[in-house]
Amino acid sequence: MANSITDETMEYVGILAKLELTKEEKEQAKKDMGKMLDYIDKLNELDTAGAEPMSHVFSMNNVFRQDVVTNGDGREDMLKNAPEQKEGAFKVPKTVE
Amino acid sequence: MADWQIGRSRFEIGVKESLKQNTCAAIGEENSKNLAAVERSGGMSVLELNALELGKKIKSGEVTVLEAVEACLARIKEMEPTIHAYVTVVDEERAVERAKKVQAMIEEGALTSPLAGVPVAVKDNLCTKDLRTTCSSNILYNFVPPYTAEAVWNLEKAGAVILGKTNMDEFAMGSTTETSAFGVTRNPWNTEHVPGGSSGGSCAAVAAKECFYALGSDTGGSIRQPSSFCGVTGIKPTYGTVSRYGLIAYGSSLDQVGPIGKTVSDCAAVLEAVSSYDNKDSTSIPRKDLDFTSALVDDVKGMRIGIPRDYLGEGLDEEVRAAVLEAAGEMRQRGAVVEEFDLSLTEYAIPAYYVIASAEASSNLARFDGVKYGLRAKEYEGLHQMYKKSRSQGFGPEVKRRIMLGSFVLSSGYYDAYYLKALRTKALIKEAFDRAFAEYDMILGPAAPTTAPKLGESLRDPLKMYLGDIYTVAVNLAGLPAMTAPWGQDKQGLPVGLQLIGDCFQEKKIIRAAYTFEQIREGR
Repeated sequence: MANSITDETMEYVGILAKLELTKEEKEQAKKDMGKMLDYIDKLNELDTAGAEPMSHVFSMNNVFRQDVVTNGDGREDMLKNAPEQKEGAFKVPKTVE
Repeated sequence: MADWQIGRSRFEIGVKESLKQNTCAAIGEENSKNLAAVERSGGMSVLELNALELGKKIKSGEVTVLEAVEACLARIKEMEPTIHAYVTVVDEERAVERAKKVQAMIEEGALTSPLAGVPVAVKDNLCTKDLRTTCSSNILYNFVPPYTAEAVWNLEKAGAVILGKTNMDEFAMGSTTETSAFGVTRNPWNTEHVPGGSSGGSCAAVAAKECFYALGSDTGGSIRQPSSFCGVTGIKPTYGTVSRYGLIAYGSSLDQVGPIGKTVSDCAAVLEAVSSYDNKDSTSIPRKDLDFTSALVDDVKGMRIGIPRDYLGEGLDEEVRAAVLEAAGEMRQRGAVVEEFDLSLTEYAIPAYYVIASAEASSNLARFDGVKYGLRAKEYEGLHQMYKKSRSQGFGPEVKRRIMLGSFVLSSGYYDAYYLKALRTKALIKEAFDRAFAEYDMILGPAAPTTAPKLGESLRDPLKMYLGDIYTVAVNLAGLPAMTAPWGQDKQGLPVGLQLIGDCFQEKKIIRAAYTFEQIREGR
């Protein structure tokens, strides 16, 4: 499976992960991922046909509660960590022309 | 690698050559001289006390909260140039103010917890209001949370005084605390060695007496393995026992917060204090059996203990194996039934774990985009590039590696082959543990294949480092409680830890056995 890790695959994964890697980083990442996936392929030795995928150990249903605000207005506190802010909002580069 | 090396060399400048070879004992000796001013009763430094002993002395008025806090801060000042267990230490002013407030509340009778007034160190992935929380990552280098994690809040309600935030592998991804963006932490037993990880700072802080106890988190062994390397005790509770609210997420289905302390009793008391049902964490479980200290009983008669043969096989250091078998013999002598058995599937736990943890990490770490908090790249063109550049500059190599792997295994075309396959494997691993616990009250084994490796040895080969998690990750996949109890030292003088694994909600059984081990050790 790991043989299928091409430069295109790495490019695609970079887009999904929102990471911009240098040429050297990309080469290293390709090697590392190939090695990891070769190792992970060990799972194919195992017959898992009868097993349901288990996301949580305890059977959990959705946990509901009333949608009531209990922590007050934290706008100013939240904005304190913003790299840039304007008029009580997070400031980001223009997204729509 | 580059980020880490810069951090390391910066840190090494601060290391005094003469202190490099110091062991815990030597450090302790030096300290007791320096702290003569706060010594009380019989000339013993307050730092020699464990958390519950200190809590008692504070209650009886023998030691004040301020004295305890100042002793820790002095110790931190003395040790940090060598150990570097903390990323952030609180301002003295803030600690003193808090100490006085807690002291007053204890005297008024408003605080009755056995931990009231006892200073604590908190892993830097647990949010603390108005106290910087970095996850040891550049991407959160300046993040000051507007709220406090539920586990920490529970401790504050009990009267804890926070000393600071402890170093860790970046976003808890690593087994040595070497992937921290702020420099490595050194093992107090031998500063040429790593403390383990990812809660390496918390475990080193406890071992070096830079706090009385600490909080850590455990996604694949991050409390148990560094506890083993640092010769301290740590518990990873059943999934859902401690609220994850305010714990910066790595692998949400695996993450649990837990205590790290000098003794089993301390850990049981802290676990009792931090556990709670929390409707802010949808995976929180209401439990009525949180009186963990009731299990501090020196008796294992009739207890059925299983040792997985798979945990004693190839790759296990001979001295660690001998320690586990010797500990098993002690249990047998005290009337426990100890048997070896085949747990099975052990070799599949690591690949399944890395698929699941990386997948969840790639999703959880999508929130770090330079918009709401943390690092934003200085130069970029447009929103998309701002995301990419901020993340690429902010994350270190190990974090990038796992985000990439996680993005890949979740991508269309590979989701079934990798992610679903890992979730099916997880179901089989859980079944294997269910079969084991139908036979045994508890599983005994090593916490790690070796004692603490030397600094700089592990990161060269990530896959090899991952293999060191072989005895710990399956526990997280199955949601089980497990703990590490120290059990002697190897020939190099480095601590060896035992791992005790219980069935879900059976913390008390492993606490009881760990307490018995501790009594045996202390009696030697």
